[in-house]
Amino acid sequence: MANYRIGIDVGGTHTDAVILDDSYNVIAQTKAPTSTDVSSGIYQALHEVVKTSKVDVRNINYAMLGTTHCTNAIVERKRLNDIAIIRIGAPATLAIKPLLSVPDDLKAILGKHSYIVKGGHEFDGREITELDEEDLYRIANEIKGKVDSVAITSVFSPVTKKHEERAAEIIIEILGDDVAVSLSSEIGNVGLLERENATILNAAVVNVAKSTADGFIQALEQEGIEADVFFGQNDGTLMSVEYTVRYPILTIACGPTNSLRGAAYLSNKSNTLVIDVGGTTTDIGVLVNGFPRQSSLAVEIGGVRTNFRMPDIMSVGLGGGTIIQVHEDQTFQIGPHSVGYRLQEKALIFGGDTLTTTDVIVGLGKAKLGDPAKVAHLDKALLENIYAKMVGMVEEALDKMKTSAEDMPVILVGGGSILLPEELQGASEVIRPENFGVANAIGSAISQVSGEVEKIFAMDDLGREQTIEVAKNMAKEEAINAGADPDQLVIVDLEYVPLAYLPGNATRIRAKAAGALKNTVGV
Amino acid sequence: MRLIGKQEIEDIAIGAALLGTGGGGDPYIGKLMALQAIEENGPVKLLDVDELPDDALVVPSAMMGAPTVMVEKIPSGEEAVGAFESLQKYLGKEVYATMPIEAGGVNSLLPFALAAQLGLPVVDADGMGRAFPELQMVTFYLEGVPATPMVLADEKGNNSVLNTVNNVWAERIARSATVEMGGSVMLSIYPMDGKTVKRSSIHHILKLEEQIGRTIREAKTHNYNPITEVLKLTDGYKLFQGKVVDVDRKTETGFARGTATIEGVEEYQQDELYLRFQNEHLLAETKDKTLCMTPDLIAVLDSDTGMPITTEGLRYGARCTVIGMPAHSKWRTDKGIETTGPRYFGYDLDYLPVEQLVEKEEA
Repeated sequence: MANYRIGIDVGGTHTDAVILDDSYNVIAQTKAPTSTDVSSGIYQALHEVVKTSKVDVRNINYAMLGTTHCTNAIVERKRLNDIAIIRIGAPATLAIKPLLSVPDDLKAILGKHSYIVKGGHEFDGREITELDEEDLYRIANEIKGKVDSVAITSVFSPVTKKHEERAAEIIIEILGDDVAVSLSSEIGNVGLLERENATILNAAVVNVAKSTADGFIQALEQEGIEADVFFGQNDGTLMSVEYTVRYPILTIACGPTNSLRGAAYLSNKSNTLVIDVGGTTTDIGVLVNGFPRQSSLAVEIGGVRTNFRMPDIMSVGLGGGTIIQVHEDQTFQIGPHSVGYRLQEKALIFGGDTLTTTDVIVGLGKAKLGDPAKVAHLDKALLENIYAKMVGMVEEALDKMKTSAEDMPVILVGGGSILLPEELQGASEVIRPENFGVANAIGSAISQVSGEVEKIFAMDDLGREQTIEVAKNMAKEEAINAGADPDQLVIVDLEYVPLAYLPGNATRIRAKAAGALKNTVGV
Repeated sequence: MRLIGKQEIEDIAIGAALLGTGGGGDPYIGKLMALQAIEENGPVKLLDVDELPDDALVVPSAMMGAPTVMVEKIPSGEEAVGAFESLQKYLGKEVYATMPIEAGGVNSLLPFALAAQLGLPVVDADGMGRAFPELQMVTFYLEGVPATPMVLADEKGNNSVLNTVNNVWAERIARSATVEMGGSVMLSIYPMDGKTVKRSSIHHILKLEEQIGRTIREAKTHNYNPITEVLKLTDGYKLFQGKVVDVDRKTETGFARGTATIEGVEEYQQDELYLRFQNEHLLAETKDKTLCMTPDLIAVLDSDTGMPITTEGLRYGARCTVIGMPAHSKWRTDKGIETTGPRYFGYDLDYLPVEQLVEKEEA
């Protein structure tokens, strides 16, 4: 009997949903407008895709959700937990207190209970000083009943997390099991302030993640679906609900990642450029060995600098609903505003009053949509000019994302990708895979499970090759713990940076392993 | 004399990252330390070199160690206080002011954090006009100023006063002590009187950094090209523009050495630039031409924003513009080139000033 899985991805304009069978054939797909509260759009998409698929809901075993709940909560500063911030490192680190560089409005919400405790480690694992447990007990009693989530960050916890773990024990001992504890060693990399910020944000969105997961599970139950639920994270792999509630911050920016992964799967290519045209923007990313190339810059989320790895995405203000203003002298401006999901009522071809990019291509006969008669009166030469500019915008961005002057294959996905032609400057070929409109939801549905490790190793102890092997195995173990099939695991990312001024050939190694969920086919 | 507040610190940080020529540590940490200290203690007085009494004791302050340690084990802020107290006791004289030893990265801003905390002024001068990886690579050394007595201090409260026979020994002992003390320490070094500061330092470097920072920051609102304006401020030259396609790193003798390969775009399309670095960018060359070499400054800037990119931040895919800037004349003397020229760093090249290399190219 066939098994099915549901993939849902929340975009800026639409929430897309698909149902795949166990060979990843698309059985049904749907697009619903993304709602202000995000959740009701998800439920609508879910309901519609189940209805149109006509599959027996009892055979839906997996449900994958890529959502923007946590990002929105941070950006809007809403529904955040009451948190305490505990940094372990004094007397070191006092020169820069927690949240120093964070915007004032967020500081006011998150900075009510902030402490720096004695402890932490040196780069080589020695203690800077003993952990001040007495102080931790005092703090725990002080915050008891006032907070529901605690962020704990210790100096050099990516090297050894002993002090963070002991601090967590004390917090749970006094505050009870219900308190959520976020440990920095499990969230970020070397770089205390950025890792601490990420941990603080994580602690702040625990409840948002919890209610999102509960809501999704309930919505599934209402459809009669009892599936294993997973959330997408920003590296293109999945997390269980349990893991998501502990590390909700990892869901941020999973959307563009899902599109890239979906494009890779649909086109069966792993080293290409991907153009995802939505309703409001065009996102361009690069696939390296089937995974998104990561950004080399520190990433800000809601004005907070973190050291997350994020997909390297270039966004251009051009989508299917992008508004075009034509001035009296026949000059024009494309975007950046868009009619978004209201294209069906606003665009000229649908009887609306707004000239959009979609009207332009219909007017030029490049797509059959709505009522072409409604754009027949527009000056063809003007439309050609606008169209050339639209394509030029994408081609320029494409060139900036390329790594060499050589032409590269380009995969076109997203509902708005009908805007673009079959040939693009800089592209060796333009691939428009089947089901391109819901590549993001497919990417969500087919995601793999991963494990990652980033630590400082002394290469002199075991030698280079063996040290790297140790790091790889640690990453694989993480992936297996997260639910990956051990037989299908591959190392998808390996990076090592020698550290200046340190003995023993100290090197920071980052390794990531990824593979299919246990009992499913690999991609 | 004028006051340095938070906005000035923000601007100096950007300028420091640029003159840091890829090294010098993350200016972000130094910036936040200075911002917190100024928030708690008020703005810092910046003194022009001419305002300094000849007999005033000036003690430059700096951090030494691995940048990776500094971004993880943030200083306590008390290290430098301890270091200054030890030095005052040793010399039997009060410290009048502090200053940076290098213009690059973290060390250009640390003196502001310390100065705010101790209520001391900062002198608008440094000993490099850029960043270099070793303690003797300062103009003070070229002018015969000893590095010692110097003090190394850590956040645990340890501090040690070093008296060495020469600056090379100071570097050696300090480096191994730094590892024992946890990979990153605060230094009070090259104590000098005002007269010596005037003779041996590079003047008005903080002012230049502030101008560079403001220029880059305001480029977007005022709608001009930040890189063109920075070249005017620094008498610099655009060397190359492209995308980083490869970064080959290895650690040799404790330094992060390596080569970044940048593939050209636009007028550089058919060409590749090889950027050799050892903590700092030291040599920029194409297949057949040398474009700029140490001690002249090589900075890598984000092609869109003009923001400087460090050697650690050099990554595959980074879109950048490489610029070359003439070093201060003190570095272009025989002793200056012997101390920091291409041969010192193991490149078999005779030093040629960037303006000659570029003009030869254009001729």
